[in-house]
Amino acid sequence: MTAAETPFEPKIVAFCCRHCAYAAADLAGTSRLAYPPSLNIVELPCTGRVDVLELLRTFEDGVDGLLVAGCLPGRCHYLAGNLHARQRVDYAQRWLEDIGLEGERLRMINLSAAMGAQFAELATEMAETIKGLGPSPLGTRRAAGEIPSIGCAACGDPAPSLAESAHDRGDGR
Amino acid sequence: MIVAKQKPLSELTAMLDGYRNVLAVGCGTCVTVCFAGGVKEVGILASALRMARRLDGQPMSVAETTVQRQCEAEYIAPLAEGLDEFDAILSLGCGVGVQTLAERFPDKRVLPALDTTFMGLPTEQGVWEERCQGCGHCVLDITGGICPVSRCAKQLMNGPCGGSQGGMCEVDSDTPCAWQLIWERLDRQGLADRLLEIQPPRDWSTSRDGGPRRIVRDDLRLPPPEDV
Repeated sequence: MTAAETPFEPKIVAFCCRHCAYAAADLAGTSRLAYPPSLNIVELPCTGRVDVLELLRTFEDGVDGLLVAGCLPGRCHYLAGNLHARQRVDYAQRWLEDIGLEGERLRMINLSAAMGAQFAELATEMAETIKGLGPSPLGTRRAAGEIPSIGCAACGDPAPSLAESAHDRGDGR
Repeated sequence: MIVAKQKPLSELTAMLDGYRNVLAVGCGTCVTVCFAGGVKEVGILASALRMARRLDGQPMSVAETTVQRQCEAEYIAPLAEGLDEFDAILSLGCGVGVQTLAERFPDKRVLPALDTTFMGLPTEQGVWEERCQGCGHCVLDITGGICPVSRCAKQLMNGPCGGSQGGMCEVDSDTPCAWQLIWERLDRQGLADRLLEIQPPRDWSTSRDGGPRRIVRDDLRLPPPEDV
């Protein structure tokens, strides 16, 4: 099978709260419920940790879809982290549409730790949505060194100099 | 604080058409605390611009930096090093920051990423309201700490007008009538009778009507070099 004939397997990242969705994914696994292998799970202490900057940069790095999975409304261990995440996902979706990407590539879901079957179902649904949209038109990851930085006085990087830059992306990653 | 908001992405991509290597410069003061031009907003906008331009088939490099205070030459001077490789500077500072950069680097194109809107305060998380227009002659002592210049649509000095209805302004039913607020504040303080004193017409030459303003403090100026 040539590369052109290889079926499209979307790259999807899932930011999962450790108190609910991450455990639900675990439960799906121990229950032997299949969900797409292309789903890359990132464990977070709470979806309230998710920021618009990280959502956009994940797309910039070339993912085809992004899932944010938090606790059910009213069940956040930190009271409102999942509600904040929902607002940020909505905001990031508007950015994506302004940029020229489909907003459906980003989705937030809410689960409890006991909802392993629903996690598998929603992850599969997300993968099907992304397959329908096709690969991200942004393509592969940025070439290394595409973005120079000249430091950041506000966050303590002392040398506003391209040559001496301590950051390579502006956020230290 | 000075409150600003980001320009629409479509306006910025049109403004940056033809540029291939841009430096986005944030500011660590007012526009950081109103979430328009701090480190994070620089990152978000730079990422969005890179993606939008990549989708347009015209990739653009956007470097990111944030200075502590964009409106003073000393803070932006270090940017000079390495600036040659950029086609343009995209400032996420207020209008003062943009102009400070443009004055310091007159050979470089400096473009505004924000619309500077007003001097104000956050009334709740995510909401900012205007409180000062810098009119150059503060009357807050007379008006109970509520500014009729920035908060009354007509800038009345002897309000309220007939458009004050149910405590709200006729211009916008969500905007409280400044003079209703002034009356309630002074009444609460037992000073409502002071409103019987008619304020004379204002001298607006201290405001924008007098042209660009300038403050000179001789006690703070550096002595001429020949005297040192």
